Amino acid sequence: MEARKPLANMAEGRVVEASAEHPQPYRHLLAVLLGLLVLTAVTVAVSRIHLGALNVWVAILIASLKSSLVLLFFMHLKYEGRLIRTTFLVTIFTLAILISFLFWDVSFR
Amino acid sequence: MEQVDRTGKKVGMWLFLYTEMMLFGGLFVIYANYHHRYIEEFANGGAALNLMVGSLNTVLLLASSFTVAASISALRKGTRKIALAFLGASISMGLLFLVNKYFEWGEKFAHGIYPGSTELGEGPHGLTVFYGLYYTITGLHGLHVVIGLGLLTVCSALIWSGRIHQSNDIVLENSGLYWHLVDLIWIFIFPLFYLVA
Repeated sequence: MEARKPLANMAEGRVVEASAEHPQPYRHLLAVLLGLLVLTAVTVAVSRIHLGALNVWVAILIASLKSSLVLLFFMHLKYEGRLIRTTFLVTIFTLAILISFLFWDVSFR
Repeated sequence: MEQVDRTGKKVGMWLFLYTEMMLFGGLFVIYANYHHRYIEEFANGGAALNLMVGSLNTVLLLASSFTVAASISALRKGTRKIALAFLGASISMGLLFLVNKYFEWGEKFAHGIYPGSTELGEGPHGLTVFYGLYYTITGLHGLHVVIGLGLLTVCSALIWSGRIHQSNDIVLENSGLYWHLVDLIWIFIFPLFYLVA
């Protein structure tokens, strides 16, 4: 137990104890679900309106908002320590590099 | 009492989830590339998919994610039976998702739209690519739903037998993370295929 403590402290950082010990109230989780359902309705409605190239960007924006809600609250990313939050952002950054390099290549073909 | 390395187990789970994000991220990159090349055909392909079924499946997965999160809260409150009920609801909604997928794929198969079909081969190349990506990505996602359902079922059994309890819930938490990832990926699949029309 003692030997693990530095890693545990580094990983758990801020308020993870609150997440591990205290349950998230149902009403908070339900509010997140309602938000997700509303955003789903919005993305379906907007896709029926013809906005040209803007349609794709709106769909991606709403999907990103929805995934942020799932990640932050259902997956507790909001309550995790520095280790998980940093490695998560590094993963997203790596994925962003992969995507942007592909489009860099595609646009010059 | 047995000491559990919660942090280590959770970090391990997240590392695995990162590889999953890269796996589906790679497939989305392929999708983006072909969408760029075959905008017209992708719109036609998307229009042929059943938006009602797609939306219903979105609602099912979002709601099942909520019930998984709620089951963890219930277990931490010490209400074991409510936790089991929430998990049961998640498993039912996951199964319904697969049933919808079965009918959705079946209907497409009946119209001769499946990988390697002659009808698809005679049509425009972009449409073949669209359905190829559709079957690959939703198929791989469906496999994840099946695995997730397996994990949730194991968790239910472990809660039932008392091996997962109020102060040792990391197995449920990690299985929950996996289920949320399945939901997360569907959040991107839904607009890419059903709303592209």
